[in-house]
Amino acid sequence: MKDHKFIISGFGGQGVMSLGMMLAYGGMLEGKEVTWLPSYGPEMRGGTANCNVVISQKPISSPVVTKATSVVAMNLPSLIKFEKNVIAEGNLFVNSSLINEKTSRKDIHDYYIAANDIAIEMGNDKAANMVLLGFILAETQAISLKSVEKVIEKLFQNKKALIPLNIKALNIGYEFN
Amino acid sequence: MTVVFKKSVGLTDTEQHYCPGCTHGITHRLVAEALEELNVLDETIGVSPVGCSILAHKYFAIDMCEAAHGRAPAVATGLKRVHPDKVVFTYQGDGDLASIGTAEIIHAAHRGENFTTIFINNAIYGMTGGQMAPTTLVGQIATTAPKGRDPKHCGFPLKVSEMLATIEGAVYVERVSVDTPANIRKAKKAVKKAFEIQLSGEGFSFVEILSTCPTNWGMNPKDSMEWLKENMIPYYPLGNLKKPQEAR
Amino acid sequence: MAKVLMKGNEAFAAAAIKGGCKYFFGYPITPQNEIPEYMSRELPKIGGCFLQAESEIAAINMVYGASCAGARVMTSSSSPGIALKQEGISFLASAELPCVLINVSRAGPGIGGIQPGQADYYQSTRGGGNGDYQVLVYAPASVQEAVELTANAFEIADYYRNPVMILGDGMIGQMMEPVELKEPIIRDASPKTWALTGTGGQRTHNTIKSLALEPDDLEEINLKLKAKYDVIQEKEVQYEAYNLDGAEIILVAYGTVSRIAKAVIDDLAALNIKAGLIRPITLWPFPYKAFNDLPATTKSVMSVEMSFGQMIDDVKIAVNGRVPVDFYGRTGGNVPSPEEIVCKVKEILGGAES
Repeated sequence: MKDHKFIISGFGGQGVMSLGMMLAYGGMLEGKEVTWLPSYGPEMRGGTANCNVVISQKPISSPVVTKATSVVAMNLPSLIKFEKNVIAEGNLFVNSSLINEKTSRKDIHDYYIAANDIAIEMGNDKAANMVLLGFILAETQAISLKSVEKVIEKLFQNKKALIPLNIKALNIGYEFN
Repeated sequence: MTVVFKKSVGLTDTEQHYCPGCTHGITHRLVAEALEELNVLDETIGVSPVGCSILAHKYFAIDMCEAAHGRAPAVATGLKRVHPDKVVFTYQGDGDLASIGTAEIIHAAHRGENFTTIFINNAIYGMTGGQMAPTTLVGQIATTAPKGRDPKHCGFPLKVSEMLATIEGAVYVERVSVDTPANIRKAKKAVKKAFEIQLSGEGFSFVEILSTCPTNWGMNPKDSMEWLKENMIPYYPLGNLKKPQEAR
Repeated sequence: MAKVLMKGNEAFAAAAIKGGCKYFFGYPITPQNEIPEYMSRELPKIGGCFLQAESEIAAINMVYGASCAGARVMTSSSSPGIALKQEGISFLASAELPCVLINVSRAGPGIGGIQPGQADYYQSTRGGGNGDYQVLVYAPASVQEAVELTANAFEIADYYRNPVMILGDGMIGQMMEPVELKEPIIRDASPKTWALTGTGGQRTHNTIKSLALEPDDLEEINLKLKAKYDVIQEKEVQYEAYNLDGAEIILVAYGTVSRIAKAVIDDLAALNIKAGLIRPITLWPFPYKAFNDLPATTKSVMSVEMSFGQMIDDVKIAVNGRVPVDFYGRTGGNVPSPEEIVCKVKEILGGAES
């Protein structure tokens, strides 16, 4: 397996940190090496938040991702800031509910998914990150859908009512095409 | 032979290094006697400051440590948090407590740390050789105020007890003096009261003791006592500034 | 025990509790705030005490007090905060008091930035405060190593009656990795008969001090400390030697940078350049002996740091003129990329050939 290196970015409250953490957690459950590195400091107080996730079979040299196999942009500033970081033939996932623009790059795979619209239709806008995560899993095969479902069950063990909603959103994203 | 007087068992036999006429000897005795009378010498941990009384740990027959300049209240906080059932006190001078250690004393009081501070105010830096302290009186000569303290240049003397009395966590604040036998008796009562308050777990207790420094004041011991009475007491009035029932 | 995904800072805190820490005194500073936050939640549950001090200076002096009292105590901070704590660290070292210090370091000088830095090497290994003294300094390269070094630090501090510092960086503190918390390795430390507990009428009174006005008395204390430091230098050195056989160039890096150096070694292998790594785990005592038997193939030893060159001084002492010592560093919170380092290595080796 080649390394998966993600940059996941959006504004505070969109669940970009938890999206990244679920990827890392799922990778760990599969016995892989993982790192999750958040942006921190004043930029966390509103504005853009992002995290880097690396999933690998080998010990990870650097948790810092500059050459991403996948960039996930949940808002426009994220797209502008990070589209250049996608490697050639890498993936760019764009939340088209909030971003009307398309990338100008021709050497990458770009995907547009209206995560918020799908989540609202499904019943909860807050699950947009789960819709996107499901879609990312389907396209990258970084880790299995099953592993993330296990992560959701663990993370929400004290808020069990939220488990079906999140798993549903994840699956809708996974099956979206 | 009948014993009519003996020094407290809270003091060691070590010869004290203090200058002739210095009142540290008296205040050490008051602390030791108070702890002895409360029967807690074996349960007490003291913190000595940086200043003339840094060697207090040689004179008290109790567990003690030195603290960095001004930090005794932080050190005492660490000690007391580990041993809440022991009696903990700091013994600090005015350079240590009222200058470099203002943050530490204010926040120890602010947290209501259940220890006692004995604050020796002699209006000057003693050990370093007579430099101006925050407590040096207006017009008083110091080696770093050769023409006397000028409030326009360096402010008015700091009234620490008044300041601490405004803090909720400080439950007992009293200013005393050791210039006369009568005042020494009152000082002893205050010191003992402060430890009693600590033993009852009520919070931070503080006794400011107006003291002399004949060497750095450039006076003989007798004139020093007179000077204290005539100059310090009017600016630093004696009495209780706060009792437990006044604290919320 | 199964692995858990933990943020470095929380892992430091959890490992400290595993290592016996019961008291924590600290002051907020980025990027280490998850440590005091974790301690404020967890220490009360085990009958310990967390206290937020009014300043870093007060915090380290509370640590001093708690250590005098015989407790296992810790503080954490980040670079400028550690600078403020140097007064207390010097006092702790002087009075031979054990404690654990965590520095989740950031780029400086001054308030600097909040991104990772390694410019605290001098501050940590040269005695950031006044006087002749040393603290043991451990530099973890992963969250797993951070928990192991932190859990063991309390035993080591008690054993030597000396402060122990864990020098991480913003990256180690902020990132999440899978970790397994392990039991600390027990040392045979003497009982703390020196601690201030009140005499209880059972012994003569204890005194903990650092003042010694007579030069001969103070020199005796200095020599006693020196003897202890000599033992530590002999017994406590830890390092990793990686891929040294036949290496044309040996990289020297610690913490976060050492991970990147390993990626560089792979990249260089693809270019038919053999490179190795010496990774100090203890920064003090520095692993000079790791450099004793450099391979005959080695043309350069290169220190790679997130500073403009601090550890390189120790590398030069270790190499002692046998081969050139080179350097690559990034500062300001920038983390060197493998590509930059590869480029520098090619430049050095290319230059050696011409």
